[in-house]
Amino acid sequence: MSATTIPSRAFRERPKESWLAKLFDSKPFLVALCLLPCSGLLIVFMTYPLGLGLWLSLTDTTIGQAGDFVGLDNFISLFDDQIFWNAVGYTIFYTAVATSGKFMLGLWLALLLNHNLPLKAFLRAIVLLPWIVPTVLSSIAWWWIYDPQFSIVSYVAVDVLHVSDQYFDFLGSPWAARWSLIAANIWRGIPFVAITLLAGLQTIPPSLYEAALLDGASGWQKFRRITVPLLMPILSVALTLSVLFTFSDFQLVYAITRGGPFNSTHLMATLAFQRAIPGSQLGEGAAIAVSMIPFLLLATMVCFFGVGRRKWQQGGDND
Amino acid sequence: MANVSIRNVRKRFGSTEILHGVDVEIDDGEFVILVGPSGCGKSTLLRMIAGLENISSGEIAIGDRVVNNIAPKERDIAMVFQNYALYPHMTVRDNMAFSLSLTNASKAEIDEKVGRAAQILGLNPYLARYPRQLSGGQRQRVAMGRAIVRDPQVFLFDEPLSNLDAKLRVAMRAEIKELHQRLQTTTVYVTHDQIEAMTMADKIVVMNAGNVEQIGAPLDLYDKPNNLFVAGFIGSPAMNFVKGKVADGAFTAEDGTILPLPPSAAGQDGRPAVYGIRPEHFRLAGDGLPARITVLEPTGSETQVMAHFAGTPIIGAFRERIAAKPGETIRVSVDPMAAHVFDGATGQRIGA
Ligand SMILES: Nc1ncnc2c1ncn2[C@@H]1O[C@H](COP(=O)(O)OP(=O)(O)OP(=O)(O)O)[C@@H](O)[C@H]1O
Ligand SMILES: [Mg+2]
Repeated sequence: MSATTIPSRAFRERPKESWLAKLFDSKPFLVALCLLPCSGLLIVFMTYPLGLGLWLSLTDTTIGQAGDFVGLDNFISLFDDQIFWNAVGYTIFYTAVATSGKFMLGLWLALLLNHNLPLKAFLRAIVLLPWIVPTVLSSIAWWWIYDPQFSIVSYVAVDVLHVSDQYFDFLGSPWAARWSLIAANIWRGIPFVAITLLAGLQTIPPSLYEAALLDGASGWQKFRRITVPLLMPILSVALTLSVLFTFSDFQLVYAITRGGPFNSTHLMATLAFQRAIPGSQLGEGAAIAVSMIPFLLLATMVCFFGVGRRKWQQGGDND
Repeated sequence: MANVSIRNVRKRFGSTEILHGVDVEIDDGEFVILVGPSGCGKSTLLRMIAGLENISSGEIAIGDRVVNNIAPKERDIAMVFQNYALYPHMTVRDNMAFSLSLTNASKAEIDEKVGRAAQILGLNPYLARYPRQLSGGQRQRVAMGRAIVRDPQVFLFDEPLSNLDAKLRVAMRAEIKELHQRLQTTTVYVTHDQIEAMTMADKIVVMNAGNVEQIGAPLDLYDKPNNLFVAGFIGSPAMNFVKGKVADGAFTAEDGTILPLPPSAAGQDGRPAVYGIRPEHFRLAGDGLPARITVLEPTGSETQVMAHFAGTPIIGAFRERIAAKPGETIRVSVDPMAAHVFDGATGQRIGA
């Protein structure tokens, strides 16, 4: 008798688990549970507006009146809309020129700040200023700088230095306004680029420069063969982000020109807002906003894969 | 190839002087090791030879050219850094070819020189790899390869082995020495490891707190240290020191033990002194002085004994196997010819 009971006790199963315990033991459930808070936030604050925008772009909704589904009608009418295509063109131009400007000046500034300058911390703080000031405020400042009568630039050039006998008309004609906006955007974007690249520069060990110096590299060769390649990873990330920010810029343009004169400085974002809210054509505005998506995706891909990860950064197991 | 002269060189960082007038003559083809405790200024001196630090005063000459105001790349030196400083974004081949590629050398010339260096160092299988795909020892070799490719007048090494594990360090030590025998290039090598210095150098420069304490061949330093610092620094386990004074042609330790003096140190009666004995210079002797054992460490080939002797803790190393146990007393004698005596106040050697 006892001989049979002993083994059965030794091999006794664990008590049957409740369904709750089983549930919490299952990996897929746990993964889903842990992701819930984060994905919940994303869904509420990103996916929902995005989805709503996509849906609105397929309807003829106006402010105060729920619309009907109209298929691709909004997009088809945009296709024949010269103002829309102008906005697309200017957005691309604005992004390309402003991003190049930001990166050239930002890199230059980062290289300067990476030296042992007196008042280094102070200078770095100053450089960050355009980034810290809310864009709307700095836009208003720029608006004054570009004012036809009260512009400080005109004042200095005409009344102080006498290099010009006429006040500049920064915002009065299309191309002047376009370049003025690009200048303001570059000014605001430099800190981000400079500080990011400065962080990148500081990860490069000084001994590499010393080794290169002994190897006979000149200043330019050190920059080209050591700094640039080692900066590439962080540069590509900064470039991607900068392109995204610039392409979808709204505040600066809307605060300074509101798209004028003659719709010449509309970015896609400002045009979308213009049509949707003041123009109350929600459906059409949404369609313009949605048509930014392919451009943004393309730009991201180019930046990220074009100058992205290098082989030397990857793990040690692949040769 | 060239000789290197360092003449009364001083280095100041701001108002603090780090090197207080260093003089070293390095002959053509010599392997010289700068050794000393951490912070004594070895790396600073090496970097001054390389041109990475400016020279506050004094003169450094490579060959017959004073290089104080000559740019690093014109000095024709190559340096191996402690952290190797390999370019992470270049393959092993490109790392080694970097200096040549800057001078617009032809592809054939680059291939030939890199190939030869890779051959010497056994790096051929790794030429296409990136530094992060190499082990520590392989990286070390690439760093040396980068120096060899330059075919410089002087090699400078700054603690090249300190990042390697003990076994690899021994292997690389032999490799570097063999390399030097093969290339016969003047070499200045910095380390704080006195065993490295003893085993590799033609000439050792012992530094301490910005001063040169002694310069000489490894065994000369071992047999005739100029002062207490060198005596304590060179040799492992370190020399034993007993404090006391010279009296009546012998040495009297603070606890009254009488130790025999080498003849050249006699006749300095009454002077405070420090008596130095290397661990292997104790002999077991039935009529010797008592030493109370605290720890016994038999290694097979020899027995290390930590003991209390003449009022001081000492270490002795004996070829014999010792049956005594900790707490027991053995009797040891000291050969006066092997003893060292130093002035108690200045630390300088007394006698020849
Ligand atoms: N850039 C600098 N500014 C001020 N002091 C410095 C500087 N570089 C080195 N020192 C000081 O100079 C002294 C010597 O430094 P060095 O690097 O030459 O020491 P070391 O002998 O190479 O030591 P270790 O064995 O630890 O490498 C140290 O006290 C250090 O604090
Ligand atoms: Mg050092």
